[in-house]
Amino acid sequence: MNGAPAPPIRPIDCDVHNAVPSIEVLYPYLEDHWRDYLVERGVTSLEPNYYPRGLPISCLPGARPSSGGPPGSDLDLLREQVLGGVRYAILNCLYSIQSIHNEDWAAAMATALNQWQVEHWLDLDDRLRASIVVPVRSPGRAAEEIERWGDHPGFVQVLLLARSSTPYGKRHHWPIYAAAVRHRLPVGIHAGGVTENPILPVGWPSHYVEDYAGAAQVFQTQLVSLVCEGVFGKFPELRVVLTESGVTWLPALLWRLDKNWKGLRSEVPWVDRPPSEIVREHVRLTVQPFDGPRTAEGVRRVMDHLGSDELLLFSSDYPHWHARDPYESCLRHLSAESQRRVLRENSLATYRLGPETGPDGDGEHG
Amino acid sequence: MKKKLYVVAEVDEIPPGGRKIVEIERRSIGVFNINGEYFALRNACPHAGGPLCRGLLTGFLRSSEPGQYTYLRRGEFLRCPWHQWEFDIRTGQSWLDPDKTRVRTYQTRVEPGQALLENEVELMGSGLTKGPYVAETYPVHIDGRYVVLEL
Amino acid sequence: MVEGVAERAPERTRRRTTIIDCDVHNSVPSDAALRPYLPARWRRYLDLVGHKGYHSLERGYAYPKISPGGGARVDAWPPSGGVPGSDLDFMREQLLDNYGIEIAVLNCLYRAGEQLNDEYADALATAINDWQVEEWTGRDSRLRASMVVPYEAGDLAAKEIERLAGTPGFVQVLVLPRTREPLGRRRYWPLYEAAEHYGIPVGIHFAGLTGNPITSSGWPSYYLEDHTVMAQAFQSQVISLIFEGVFERFPRLRVALVEGGFAWMVPLLWRLDDLYERLHEEVPHLRRRPSEYVREHMRMTTQPMEEPERPHHLLDLIEQLGPEMLMFSTDYPHWDFDDPNRAFQVRLPEEVKSKVFHENARGFYGF
Ligand code: FES
Repeated sequence: MNGAPAPPIRPIDCDVHNAVPSIEVLYPYLEDHWRDYLVERGVTSLEPNYYPRGLPISCLPGARPSSGGPPGSDLDLLREQVLGGVRYAILNCLYSIQSIHNEDWAAAMATALNQWQVEHWLDLDDRLRASIVVPVRSPGRAAEEIERWGDHPGFVQVLLLARSSTPYGKRHHWPIYAAAVRHRLPVGIHAGGVTENPILPVGWPSHYVEDYAGAAQVFQTQLVSLVCEGVFGKFPELRVVLTESGVTWLPALLWRLDKNWKGLRSEVPWVDRPPSEIVREHVRLTVQPFDGPRTAEGVRRVMDHLGSDELLLFSSDYPHWHARDPYESCLRHLSAESQRRVLRENSLATYRLGPETGPDGDGEHG
Repeated sequence: MKKKLYVVAEVDEIPPGGRKIVEIERRSIGVFNINGEYFALRNACPHAGGPLCRGLLTGFLRSSEPGQYTYLRRGEFLRCPWHQWEFDIRTGQSWLDPDKTRVRTYQTRVEPGQALLENEVELMGSGLTKGPYVAETYPVHIDGRYVVLEL
Repeated sequence: MVEGVAERAPERTRRRTTIIDCDVHNSVPSDAALRPYLPARWRRYLDLVGHKGYHSLERGYAYPKISPGGGARVDAWPPSGGVPGSDLDFMREQLLDNYGIEIAVLNCLYRAGEQLNDEYADALATAINDWQVEEWTGRDSRLRASMVVPYEAGDLAAKEIERLAGTPGFVQVLVLPRTREPLGRRRYWPLYEAAEHYGIPVGIHFAGLTGNPITSSGWPSYYLEDHTVMAQAFQSQVISLIFEGVFERFPRLRVALVEGGFAWMVPLLWRLDDLYERLHEEVPHLRRRPSEYVREHMRMTTQPMEEPERPHHLLDLIEQLGPEMLMFSTDYPHWDFDDPNRAFQVRLPEEVKSKVFHENARGFYGF
């Protein structure tokens, strides 16, 4: 939050990354045969490569723990750098169990990871909330994992990653949504994911920067899929949070999708109202990175084109380091009322965060 | 303004499922036969002016949930030949926005030639001016049956 | 008399703004039409194998378009009986004369570049280009054509560009946005080198199919999706062309993005500029911000027109993008055609209008 005036209220930070310091921390939560499987085969890490170590985007200055673990792996440092300023932080652990092709192994790792999140994070700080990591390649097993944790008050979201082997709207993914809805959990779709398909729909790029830039297109296509396949009609309670997706591409996408739907809707007759309406009702986006223009007037127009300040949820994307923080890129240009919505009200309406106490909901940490 | 009657076709010219596009008072108008009933619509799409009446005749597909299809009123919806918006031929309403986006429709009816030739007075008595239906360019036969359009 | 009870096309319109239409499709009526332009070896190949690209179907599309004829306007089938876009006289009547179009740029989408056999792709491209001279640009002085090239084989594409460089009527090299690899990669550089050398812009036009799914999450279910997310293929090509440094290597290269929409460009540039600020060290071959390359080297055609929920947002958009970036196009004879008189659902300021309807294209193509 460098350089910006302190916000008047404690925000809810909807995208904070907790990292697995080393694979051994999961051993206690794995059955012996899986534990030996890891050791015997030399599986030493499932850390994803979404954030190459040396690149500045991967780590805020000062966010690398002195212990030597990856950024986001040290709770004390997280307390110091994030939790002091927020009411809640929602953890999105990106440890890449989604990459595993073996269905049983993936399911075992997901359960272990979630158990580890409970014991090493949720139980230790009540400002923390977490996302359920699921073995997404087998939606049935993913649904089981959601059932396992769905009633735990610390879990407030189901985490999917943007890149999948098939589009998320497709019906074989629906058990995930059914389970999420049963537990009043939104589905968060975060940047990253599996690599069956090239990140660009035109093949593999050479550079990381292209890869990261292209992630916005992945979100766009997933959103198109969710809408066109009728997921939100089938699951009217479902909320989807696009996380680290970028924000400003949304109006252009909705204009295009609305326009095409007007002519082509008979192919998807279950989509019985304009996609933009469906998206505004069911989809939220976290603000970091905002990817917006540099002027107040520019941001005002972006908000105007988005059509609602209820779509945005505050996030820091800690420990990742973007060109601008969300205050600088977006929040400082919003009215006080819009700020309050983005900083917390929209999140309270989206996530199962429990009753709030004071007007600012700062409760025991206020 | 008084309405006028125009003879636009002999009934046989437009069989069920058929259409005829005519120009009346510089307006292009499509006349359709849906199961023996005649409907007339302005041949200009409210979206961007496409020649709507040259579009495909189709049904309306609805769905209660993904994977369920209900196909209604086959042959009674017109899809614009350009951007494919769907219009109900009976009402001129677009499916997208029935209240605001609609194409102008015109009253049609079938009249026997005899009535057209002999009963002008009666037609005019019902508030209609004498139309051009007796014109030589469109010979109306006493034993023919005609599609007439009110404009 | 019975006034005008006669069949006639809907009301024609006259407008005073000069129109350059940057995207019109002339269609090869059938394979047979190309035979005279193919050498014996490839005529034989056509008989033996025929077209073989990434399609799994002998003809048609895995995502059927909304209408036949390659997704044609239903009213664009010529009375002469051919496929839409195959009859010059009818195109004159329905498009060129009807709207008083001064110049039309033809993009022939016959799938040469998508052939898996590079040499066959090359032979087809040559045949199409010769056919275009004979049947189109040679027959109507309003017509200009895009060179069809086997773009997946950069060296062969360069040769075809060289062969045609002196031929009047060709104003652009045509590439489709769904390529085997991102267009910035080096396999495509010989094409850019030739285009730059001869001062001919490259036009990237909506269409194409390769083994890469249109989303990086795999194949969607519906044409509505396939059609909508083509814009993401365009965005990817912009990303690739910039970060691979194509415009540093070929500083006089110019690229038109044709039929890709244009609203997405504004937020994409915000994103790319922010990323460049943080990640420029990875791409030291760039010397400027991504948006600067785009503004200097790229132009976009207007069709399919952006139709925001609130029409005045289109004015915001054009202002943010910069009216000098846009070139008008109709996409005749395809279903998502834009009528010059009706395409913009808001009133454009006069100077924007003349830029978009003709000045930008005149400058870009050097008409
Ligand atoms: S002109 Fe009819 S749908 Fe656009």
